[in-house]
Amino acid sequence: MNIVVCVKQVPDTETTRTLKSDDRTLDRAAADGVLNELDEYAVEEALRIKEAHGGEVTVLTMGPDKATDTIRKALSMGADKAVHLTDEALVGSDALQTSYAIQQVLGRTGFDLVVLGSESTDARTGVLAAMLAERLGVPQLSLANKVEIDGSSIRVQRQTDYGYDKVEATLPAVVSVVEKINEPRYPSFKGIMAAKKKPFETLGIADAGIDAAQVGLANAATEVVDFAEAPPRERGQIVKDEGEGGVAAAEFLASKKFI
Amino acid sequence: MTQPDDFLALDDELDEAEQGIRDVVRDFAQDRLAPQISDWYERGTVPREIFTDFGKLGVFGMHLDGYGCAGTSAVAYGVACRELEAVDSGLRSVVSVQGSLAMFAIHRWGTEEQRQEWLPRMAAGQAIGCFGLTEAAAGSDPASMRTTARRDGADWVLSGTKMWITNGTLADVAIVWARTDDGIRGFVVPTDAPGFSANAIPRKLSLRASDTAELVLDEVRLPAASAFPDVRGLRGPLSCLNEARYGILWGTVGAARTCYLEALSYALTRTQFGRPLAGFQLNQRRLTEMVIAVGNAGLVGLRLGRLKDAGRVEPAQISYGKLANARAALDVARSARAMLGAAGITLDHPVMRHLTNLETVVTYEGTEEMHTLSIAAAITGLKAFR
Repeated sequence: MNIVVCVKQVPDTETTRTLKSDDRTLDRAAADGVLNELDEYAVEEALRIKEAHGGEVTVLTMGPDKATDTIRKALSMGADKAVHLTDEALVGSDALQTSYAIQQVLGRTGFDLVVLGSESTDARTGVLAAMLAERLGVPQLSLANKVEIDGSSIRVQRQTDYGYDKVEATLPAVVSVVEKINEPRYPSFKGIMAAKKKPFETLGIADAGIDAAQVGLANAATEVVDFAEAPPRERGQIVKDEGEGGVAAAEFLASKKFI
Repeated sequence: MTQPDDFLALDDELDEAEQGIRDVVRDFAQDRLAPQISDWYERGTVPREIFTDFGKLGVFGMHLDGYGCAGTSAVAYGVACRELEAVDSGLRSVVSVQGSLAMFAIHRWGTEEQRQEWLPRMAAGQAIGCFGLTEAAAGSDPASMRTTARRDGADWVLSGTKMWITNGTLADVAIVWARTDDGIRGFVVPTDAPGFSANAIPRKLSLRASDTAELVLDEVRLPAASAFPDVRGLRGPLSCLNEARYGILWGTVGAARTCYLEALSYALTRTQFGRPLAGFQLNQRRLTEMVIAVGNAGLVGLRLGRLKDAGRVEPAQISYGKLANARAALDVARSARAMLGAAGITLDHPVMRHLTNLETVVTYEGTEEMHTLSIAAAITGLKAFR
């Protein structure tokens, strides 16, 4: 099975993240880049599917040159090869454009199954899987906390507020995963050492057949109009329990409509 | 801009795989070990599961080739030791004894059968190894050991007592060095052999998150194939100690780094006389001396690692690193403890724990005195002992 995992380099959530004042895009220089956390689960799930059913796992990312670090991590975990789409023309692309660009690359690599994290910790739009499935004309199985494959059929449990839905489709398909699906492995030392010897293809937009007029900040369908610092957290309300603590807590919860 | 935790940007010298290994071990150490270490230390235990976790991680014998070992560079192994000892010297000791002493001994001196039998399970953490050289009356002078191995038909019979043996009560296999008619020889001793027992050494005030034991060999009968075939004399055990000391000289960089970073963070937040402790000149001097000590120790580790990877490191150079880095780390820990004042003495901060650990690290695997004399012997050509 030809499994492609789409991964993204995001600023480390443990550092202070900010947008650039001039073009209101993410300031990637201000924070260390790491593999988007949910994408680790996607890589893990792809590896488990490969281990159970055979095939090959390709890591695909779109991002600046330094996103190679992120790809290395996925290769260290055990993915077989990598494709890195990188081009100045792609800077500032929004989700709609990204889905177009990824679609073009997938046209080159082919796929039976595309696996993604259900959202990234930077933009958090959570729409890429849906857009990609639509563009590719294949079923989307979103928010999976369990994936089973049987021949050409794929079944997932889709995480919901009330439990889960059972969703079934026929391959090829796009799956997005949530963190309950598995526990990502630590890369093995052998995997880390082997990573740099694995096939690694770097593509520009011309290589991938991407139309420059359909990508990049200037052509984006959405725009960040303004942004502001998050307000400092307000001090919590402290209730001293003098016999009425339970009532005060209940009143607080009721005032917030929790109970 | 300089980074407080790597002032010389030394890690830029690591290759891609070494950096990758550093990240994995650091994540593991911070996620799985750091949150629990105070508790383990206070209770004086190290959970058995740590061995399987370390095995899955791949740190046991990681710089050895084949038999389930990853075959990394010596530098990568050093960096792993550094990141583990940044949490606790006892946890790094577990890895040193398993990988550098027990596994290395079998890998270097064992028969093919011994390697096949033990190394894959030890690499995976399914079998635990220990290393019996030191005795109660034979520390710096191991040639004076009293443990003997005598022939009885084709068998060997071992008798004696080994002391201060890390991983001793947990071990499935002990590498035991004993006197024979043919000089000191090494034996692979399964710990379930009749006559073998291990007693935990109680009341330790240092390396509490590490198992330390006395091994008793009471007429332990072993088949002929238990002996290492080709090595005689102290050359065998000393080759293993050289490996372990290499891990220590890197590990102490981690312990020193943690103490220094803790002192830095404390000094930046604690105020006295209306300003942070870090703003006082005497403390600035302390912090500067710490950052220099950590950086220099790191440089020594990297240099010796590169020499080791090139197959050119000399035992006296390992002595240099072990002596210099363990001593430097102890100085940093003491200075950090002083900066934390009373707060420094509890397990709420890592410094006193590191400090008491380092009091052991500075003497085990060769005391300051022995390494001083080894280095001096190398530069003068004159041996002041033996």
